[in-house]
Parts: sequence; structure tokens; C-alpha cells
Amino acid sequence: MGYVAVKGGTEAIHNASELAEFYRVKGNTTPIDIKQIRAQMRLAIDKVMGEGGIYAPEYAAIALKQAEGDVYEAAFILRAFRTTLQRNYYSQVINTREMFVKRKISASFREIPGGQILGPTRDYTQRTLDTAKAIETAIDIKTFLDDFDAKIDPEKLEGISTFGKVIDLLQQEGLLAPADPTEDRSLIDITREAIKFPAPRSARLQMMARAETGGLMALGYSSQRGFGSVHPTVGELRFGAVPVRVKDAGGRNRYIGKIEVTENEMITGSKAAKKGTPPYFTIGYGLCFGHNETKVICMSTLDTAMRRPEMGAPANDQEFVLYHTEGVEAMGFTNHLKLPHYVTFQSSLSNTRAAVERNNNANKEVEQQMIQMQSV
Amino acid sequence: MIENTKYTNKYNFAFIDEATKKEIRRKLLKAVAIPGHQVPYSSPEMPISRGWGTGGLHITLAVIGKEDVFKIIDQGSDASVNACNLREFVNGMTGCETTFDTAEATLIQTRHRITEEELTDKQIIVFQVPLPEPLRMVERYEYKTLQMHAEADYAKMYVSLYESYVRHGAIMQGAGYPVMVNGRYIMSPSPIPRWDTPNLNQAQTLFLFGAGREKRLYAVPPFTDVEPLEFEDVNFEIEDFSKSECYKTGYKRAFLDEIYSDEGSRKYVISDSNFLDKKSEKQETRQYSNTYIDQLQEYGL
Repeated sequence: MGYVAVKGGTEAIHNASELAEFYRVKGNTTPIDIKQIRAQMRLAIDKVMGEGGIYAPEYAAIALKQAEGDVYEAAFILRAFRTTLQRNYYSQVINTREMFVKRKISASFREIPGGQILGPTRDYTQRTLDTAKAIETAIDIKTFLDDFDAKIDPEKLEGISTFGKVIDLLQQEGLLAPADPTEDRSLIDITREAIKFPAPRSARLQMMARAETGGLMALGYSSQRGFGSVHPTVGELRFGAVPVRVKDAGGRNRYIGKIEVTENEMITGSKAAKKGTPPYFTIGYGLCFGHNETKVICMSTLDTAMRRPEMGAPANDQEFVLYHTEGVEAMGFTNHLKLPHYVTFQSSLSNTRAAVERNNNANKEVEQQMIQMQSV
Repeated sequence: MIENTKYTNKYNFAFIDEATKKEIRRKLLKAVAIPGHQVPYSSPEMPISRGWGTGGLHITLAVIGKEDVFKIIDQGSDASVNACNLREFVNGMTGCETTFDTAEATLIQTRHRITEEELTDKQIIVFQVPLPEPLRMVERYEYKTLQMHAEADYAKMYVSLYESYVRHGAIMQGAGYPVMVNGRYIMSPSPIPRWDTPNLNQAQTLFLFGAGREKRLYAVPPFTDVEPLEFEDVNFEIEDFSKSECYKTGYKRAFLDEIYSDEGSRKYVISDSNFLDKKSEKQETRQYSNTYIDQLQEYGL
């Protein structure tokens, strides 16, 4: 074998990954059960599924455990896992009007069809650290569940149904901008095709549905803060379970189960495009796996922003938004800087050395000319 | 009792599902048919990070067969951490034989180098490409670069090379020096050092390039013209190692890595680890020759 410092990478890698595994379990505590992660880390699971681009709560829980709770890493593991699966069907378009609603609110209207349903949310409570969580016991959980059960009136359970949508109200009144006939309405699958610009709206929404929540938030927030011109209102934000159907070989629609999704329709007052056209409202749309309200709000803000090309505002720029909110790709490339770069660096080193030398020689010539002039 | 096999599913041969592999192979055929042209492809996620060689892996996994002998190098070395990791992955997913020996390999995946030994028409070399778009440094928008390629409008590129010359007295592009392929497309040869660039020209080997994060594939088929961009009076140059030599073999006619010892002194060693081994053991090697290296020798270097 040749030069020592370059060899022996394999052993080092094995030791490093063994050490990482040791860090995960070194406390010698009870292993976290996948069911526990699924149940108690609900929102982390939903983030991982959304960014991982696959609806599989159980696998998301495994990934989260494996990644010591790092959501980026877990999403990345899921994306890779997804690659190993054959795509057998494309589902029919899900219909969120069929949603079994667990939460639905509107900020645009005081009252909406079916009423405002707050559902599971921490939005309206103080985020004070609840130290009692540190000493929570199985008995505490049981007591809470029993009390909770006692409050449910079984007779009223039947009353729950689906609800109409807020945008229907606006549509009936003729306040929504008519569909733009020039918009690219083609449907592409971003997991099978590389995105091209300008991208159809289908591709933009898909990219954002898989995008990293923090990245979307930074750009969505920038648009509200003044880097852009989107001042939106939540028309309707809803979270719940929707049925998924696929078409079988015989052409029949088959129900294959339910998935939980969060959906948001953002209302924006639009400027009149031409003289004589009224200032309609437009709808920005956001939908993602699981329960992630921040994501769909930013998504729909950016959906509106990207439909209004405007220079100088990153949020209005498709390429800027879509490329830089892709978390798995951004994380990978950022971290590749940790890999060795000595060959490429060598190449620039040789150029820079030569350029510095040329510069020094040129300075020397000037100095000599100065000395000569002074001596004359 | 029905056995629960939910968590015991075996992976498909070469990891990626067959339909996606087929898609990548079709896109590769297109890339080969239009040398230097970037073909968009699906770029499925891999269990390694984006930017760590996913594009190379896609190609490797799409073209590898059970009889292939696989070699992977990173910055010239078989034992670089990323190379070790990917070699293990490809081996685990295909059961293919792996090797360090350049001559023995049928399929080589590489990051930032072409082997020092000349490759044959029986071999394929797959490049991991971080930035496939050579025009990115002069134009940030993809839709504009697409148009520039379509119209063969490369004026901006030449202007930037000219500006570099005016500012610094040389074209400062180090690795990944842009090349003209088959007289039509400007292509990024992946960040290989300038030393390797001339070896792409009229080679016997099929060169495949994969940029995973950017979702682009491209290729240089065997016996294709690949010319570094240059001007009539300002020419392309390769790295000059005339004043240094490999401290282990005394060899000069190879790309050398600079290494620093603890006390701060500097020495050089052959970058290609397999080539270094062969030179150290005084084995026969068939090296690339090109006008640029030969020129250096003419000057007595």
C-alpha cells in the first residue's frame, strides 16, 4: 500500500459511525418505542413526512429515532428510502371538501359556514415552560384520558360532518379574479422530472409541499415585511383527514385510506391589471402532509408572490424561492464543504501563487524605475 | 401464521427501482447522442447527501451490471472518506466486485479527478458533478443559460475569461475549466484540475457526468473533440509541477498533491493513490499523453 495518511479511510468511518451510535444510546436508558414517537412527537413526524415527501408516519418515527431527533436528517433518510419504492399509482386529486375537519379557522371572516373550529392548537395559550412535564407518569396520562372521555357526549358525535369552504362565499359573490387563461396549467411530477423555469404552478406547489418549513418561512416572512408586496389574510386554514383514491386497472376508483393534511387558502387583494377591470381578490394556495400550519401559510403567501414577477424581491422570484427552500438539497450541499477539496484547491493555489509573483515582479519594476528617476 | 415481513423488505438490485433506472438510462442515451448537452432527469433521493455525489451514484447504479468491477475515487484517492462510503454502498446494493486497480475496473466513479492511467474503450468513467452549468458564473438564471446554449451564444463566457486575464494576467479558472465539446456546447468538465482536462479530448472511454442536486446529466462519447476555451494569443495552460516532484517516487509527470508536515515544511505526492502504488512498486502503467504535458517536457521540465 502507498502513502499512509491517504489510506485507511474505511476503518475510520466505521469507528466514527459506531461512535455516533454510542452517543445515541450512551445514557443506557429504555429504548424509545416507535409507537411512542409516533404518538408523542406528532408534529415532528408530520414535518419529517412532509419534507421527506412520503406519507408514512411509522417510517418517519423510525427515521426520527435513528437521527437522534434531527428533523432535517430524518427527512433526508425518508427521501432516500422513498427512492427504493416503485410508484404504482398516481392518486386521484384529493378533495378537501370531503375533509374530516379537526381544525378550521378563518381570519378574514368573523363567522364561517360551520363556525370557527379551533381544534388542537397552542396558538391561544401562553408558552410557559410546564415543568410538570418532567415528572409526568403513566397514571397522569390515564387520569387525563379518563377525564377527557367523560366530557364527550356520545350522542353529539353523530353531528360531525364536512363543511363548505370560505372561498365558495367569495366565488358566489363574484369577488375572485377569473382564472388567467395564459397560466401554464400543465401537471408535472417533480419527483420524476427536473424542474424547468418558468415552472408551472403544479410544480411550484409540489416543490413547496416538500420544502423545508424554515426556508419557506424566511421567504414568506420577507414578503410580508416589505421585500415584496404580498399582504395576505388567511381565508381559511384547515387541518383534518381526507380520503385518498386510486384508479385500478379496470378504471374504477378505489378508496385506499385516509391521510392527514393541512390546507390554507390565503386571500390577497389584487391590483387591477388593466384599466376597467375591477380589483378582484386572488387566492394563494398551500397544502402539506400532516399538521404544519406555518408551512401552508408561507406556502400560500409565496404562491401569490411567485405569480407576480417583481424584480428586487426574492420571494417573487421562482428560481430563488424553489431552489433555496429545498431542505434536503440545501443541507447536503452545505455539508459537502466538509469533504476534502485539496485537488481543486491545489489548482487555484498554483494560479494564485503565480499571480502574486507577477504582481510582486511588476512592483519591483516600478520601484526600480522610481529609484532610477530619483538618481537622475 | 402469516409472517410479518413489513420491516424485512430487501432492496432492489442497485437500490433504485427499475422504472427509474430505465428513465436514467434513456436520459443517458440522449446525453450521449448530444455531446456536452445537459439533459434534465428525475434525480431520485439517495441515502447520501445532496452534493456528495448523488448524480454520480444515479448513473453508476443505472448502468452497473452484476459482472462489473467497480472502482471509486475521490480527489484521486480510493481511500478518501466519501469514496469508502460510496464503494461500500454500491457493493452492498449490487454485490459487484470492487477494486483499487484502475486497469482492472470496468466502471469507475470519480470526484474531481480522471485517473492518471489511460482508460480504455472497455471502461466507463462516471463523474460526480457539483455545478453542471458552465455559464452559471456569468449568468445566474437557468432559463437564460438554457437560451444561451440553444443559441450557442457564448460571448459572455469569453468576456469573463478575457476580464480575468486583464485583471490577473491569467485566466484564473482553476478546476472545472470550461471546454467546448464537439464544436457545439460549452461544458463544465466537473471540477477536475486543468491537468486532466486535455485527457477528455478524443479519448477511447465513455465519460458520463451526473449532477444530482441540479438534476442534470451529460456525456462525452468516445472519440469526441473536447477543447478548453482559449484565445489565439492567450492559451489554456495546465498546472505546472516542474519545480516539484513526488517525494516517494521522484516522479514529476502526474498531478501532485501538496502535503504539509507538522513542522510546516511542504512536499508533494502523486494524487492518484493507485498510480502512486504502482509507481512505488515500479509496475508498468499506461499513462495519458497529451500535447500540454508533452510541451512541458519539450521545455526540459
